[in-house]
Amino acid sequence: MSDNPIQLLTTSSPGDDERLASLHATLVERASGESSLDASYRVVDSPVGPLLLAATAKGVVRVAFEVEDHDRVLESLGASVGSRILRGGTRLDALARELDDYFAGRRHAFDVSLDLRLARGFRLTVLRHLSEIPYGSTESYGEVAVASGSPRAVRAVGSACATNPLPIVVPCHRVVRSDGSLGGYLGGLPAKERLLALERAA
Amino acid sequence: MKHPFEQAVTEHGAVVLRVCRAVLGPAEADDAWSETFLSALRAWPDLPDDANVRAWLVTIAHRKAVDVVRAGARHAVPVAEVPEAAAPRADEPEESLPDGELWGAVAALPEKQRLCVAYHHVAGLPHPEVARIVGGTPAAARRAAADGIARLRSTYAPHGRVSTHV
Repeated sequence: MSDNPIQLLTTSSPGDDERLASLHATLVERASGESSLDASYRVVDSPVGPLLLAATAKGVVRVAFEVEDHDRVLESLGASVGSRILRGGTRLDALARELDDYFAGRRHAFDVSLDLRLARGFRLTVLRHLSEIPYGSTESYGEVAVASGSPRAVRAVGSACATNPLPIVVPCHRVVRSDGSLGGYLGGLPAKERLLALERAA
Repeated sequence: MKHPFEQAVTEHGAVVLRVCRAVLGPAEADDAWSETFLSALRAWPDLPDDANVRAWLVTIAHRKAVDVVRAGARHAVPVAEVPEAAAPRADEPEESLPDGELWGAVAALPEKQRLCVAYHHVAGLPHPEVARIVGGTPAAARRAAADGIARLRSTYAPHGRVSTHV
């Protein structure tokens, strides 16, 4: 076969995948060390499906359900925090551990530092209040509106929850309708039900 | 809109590693790969959205390879030009790769042929793009790549471990 050398030159060698994985890990480490990384991310499994976790140097900036489309979430993260984004690294290890504990019922609040830059104005005010709703309890959209200083902004509370960049960690699943029905959820209603059931049981 | 840099690593990481091996030999390839992608990451936001990402990465890898060769040369005898070939050092694990012989044969090519083979055949860049990186005309780049492959056929394939016909 006359093109043998060409074929060999373009075929990957056995062991290349492992080598590239270790080169990639070193790249993430060096990039975070010299802070040329806008964000890093990883995907973890959970009882509510795979979760995308992303962090900047400041803290966790995004948690996304699979239904949000992880590729799209990363693209839009590139547009908002910067495109120097790599998978892996150690930045998200703490959150991954805390999520494991949360889903096992062993943890009721998250201690990781958060980067709330993706939320602004009233939505940010709402998110700050959400973190004060105790584990295992719920508030209505109206109650959240009152607590956020704009009693008539019930719909705006709904959209603040629907665009929460940090679901689960900032517990928008604890906001339900005043008649006790679930309302909406960015991760899908089964996920909301599951989180509320988990917190009731613990 | 600029894609996350991870996408560039996923799509081009393996090819750039092979380009580095072809240009520098397996022993130096990992370092060159790391320097290339670290530089690329820093410059990523400034790259135009419609740029050819692979050609851009190979251009960076080329500069890093020249740096590596020059740094090696500084420790040895000073030379005015980039040495003819970044020949594999005897103490380096050339054979640790299953296709170490192939890289050995590539390392033995004259510099221009080696670079043109790496950037055209390994990276898949068109000859004009290769010429832009290594200098000279596209026709000269095409000739160097063809000469390089012809030479590899005579130096490597006949003695290769891989049988061509089963």
